[in-house]
Amino acid sequence: MPQIELRSIERVFTLGDSEVHALRTLDLAVEAGEYIAIMGPSGSGKSTLLNLLGLLDRPNSGTYLLEGRDVTTLTAEEQARVRRERIGFVFQSFHLVPRLTAAENIALPMMLAGIPHGERSRRVAQALKDYGLASRADHRPDQLSGGQRQRVAIARATIMHPAMILADEPTGNLDRATGEDVMGLLEGLNASGVTLIVVTHDAVLGNRARRRVAMEDGRKVEDR
Amino acid sequence: MKAADVVRFATRSATGYPLRTALLILAMAIGVAAVVTLTALGDGARRYVINEFSALGSNLVIVLPGRSETRGFNPANAITGTPRDLTIDDAQSLARLPTVRRVAPLIIGTSEISAGGKLREVMIAGTTSQYAEVRHLAMAQGRFLPEEDWSRGSPYVVLGATVRNDLFGSEPAIGRLVRLGDRRFRVVGVLNPIGTGLGMNSDEIAIVPVSLAQAMFNSNTLFRVLIEARHREAIEPAKAQVLKQLTERHEGEEDVTVITQDAVLATFDRLLGALTFGVAGIAAISLAVAGILVMNVMLVAVTQRTSEIGLLKALGATGGAIRNAFLAEAAMLSLAGAIVGYGLGQLGSALIRHLYPTFPAYPPAWAVMAGLGTALVTGVLFGVMPARHAARMDPVQALAKR
Ligand SMILES: Nc1ncnc2c1ncn2[C@@H]1O[C@H](COP(=O)(O)OP(=O)(O)OP(=O)(O)O)[C@@H](O)[C@H]1O
Ligand SMILES: [Mg+2]
Repeated sequence: MPQIELRSIERVFTLGDSEVHALRTLDLAVEAGEYIAIMGPSGSGKSTLLNLLGLLDRPNSGTYLLEGRDVTTLTAEEQARVRRERIGFVFQSFHLVPRLTAAENIALPMMLAGIPHGERSRRVAQALKDYGLASRADHRPDQLSGGQRQRVAIARATIMHPAMILADEPTGNLDRATGEDVMGLLEGLNASGVTLIVVTHDAVLGNRARRRVAMEDGRKVEDR
Repeated sequence: MKAADVVRFATRSATGYPLRTALLILAMAIGVAAVVTLTALGDGARRYVINEFSALGSNLVIVLPGRSETRGFNPANAITGTPRDLTIDDAQSLARLPTVRRVAPLIIGTSEISAGGKLREVMIAGTTSQYAEVRHLAMAQGRFLPEEDWSRGSPYVVLGATVRNDLFGSEPAIGRLVRLGDRRFRVVGVLNPIGTGLGMNSDEIAIVPVSLAQAMFNSNTLFRVLIEARHREAIEPAKAQVLKQLTERHEGEEDVTVITQDAVLATFDRLLGALTFGVAGIAAISLAVAGILVMNVMLVAVTQRTSEIGLLKALGATGGAIRNAFLAEAAMLSLAGAIVGYGLGQLGSALIRHLYPTFPAYPPAWAVMAGLGTALVTGVLFGVMPARHAARMDPVQALAKR
């Protein structure tokens, strides 16, 4: 059984009386522990696909089986729970809460999940150490470099031990060297068994993935 | 999300935008402070009047010449003129009633008073010996008017504290002669200084026997008859007996008005209580305004934090958790505003009391409760809409917002 299975997914945005087919009859199967790069020109539907996979968006038609369970029919609360426990997000623009410290940002998912305080601080301390942020625990995002911010975001995405990490252009706001660092971190997580799905424009970064899915105009045009 | 975490998160949000938070707390605080201070003023006025009225005496029944149009107490009657004679004999006849302990007739006028070359205008109260007990007047020196025939008073005068000082300064006053109009009176007593009472300042007064005052003012009618009932339960029977007695004496015509101090007190109590209530209502409007402000500010906060809301959803926050976080923030801001406002209001009341020491400007408990309660309720109520707005946000679009 694949970890993720999309069957003829359609996603249509209606803008006034024009319709945008962001995803057309898309099928995709992903095994646990895979490393996939989703590539393609701007507007081809990469982000839309990732949002669907992350249960931030619902398809207009088709089914999404996550670990064998149809998740498109879940209630909003149940979907939130799946996001909390199974999915980690990494964004291009980091999306850290500006008034919270690095440590507090990393702890956010655990706070939302209601994990006890002691356990939280223990895990945060470990994550800060793992990502080389120990000396930055009490810094706010505006006191961190881009690379450090993305490392905080990755620490946050992994703190709940998710089954998959979804990253939308995680290196888009970083210089080449820092970007490669960050990719290295994500790949390290993948090596430990977490499914990694990365959207990227960058052919060089995309080629590091074992599997590459190319999108064009809402369709999967290549998958190898 | 645990309740403690909701509160902590909301606190961080509030402290993360200090200017916004401060302004909101200020708006709420002004509303609550207005309620507290204004009701303190209103209730202070009520207490002041009640105190003054109580100081007039206890278990008082007051007879006014002339018939009041309405059966209840009409404050206008307390100051209007005298259409029909109410005589000393009328007053004296009341002393024999079983429910009556003391009676004091009263006639009021002004005259010049002079002694040792000093001259001033003075208010004359013509009455009899029991007036001191009825009105709870205390003597600083000497004694009050002696017990004697009401219609043949001796030329004795009791002076108010200020009058005594104006005429005699530091010299002793007892035993001295003063001239009132074209008569000479011997000073037998000086009143304790009291300060202003309702419309009548006992410090600025000269008290003489009622018959002499009537002669001076060339009048047969009394201004008032003050009656002290035997006890509290005797007030109403006394009122009835007095009215009956006087009606009989006036050939069956009910041409006097009898009021009780209790009734007057109750009327003032109601009147000024309503005033306080009205003032509180007006002040509460500022609370409603503050509530609308809370709503706006929270809506702005939701908009400002759109991408944060998207993020929280991506991290697995339920709509309920997000709603609670924003509601908690609105409630905390309102609570802080209410507490600050309460402090400011108490400070304002204390300032009023400091500036006017005789004015008991304490906010009534109900107003404080109502003020704090309204602040919280408006804050939360007006916070619901923005919070629900946040909870319903689409995560993808929220995340796309910068
Ligand atoms: N909320 C929306 N409303 C209307 N149209 C949308 C919406 N979101 C996406 N689209 C459209 O769907 C198509 C796919 O968008 P998507 O964001 O997935 O592209 P993308 O491949 O991620 O592009 P980029 O590389 O520029 O990020 C685009 O044509 C876009 O305009
Ligand atoms: Mg995109």
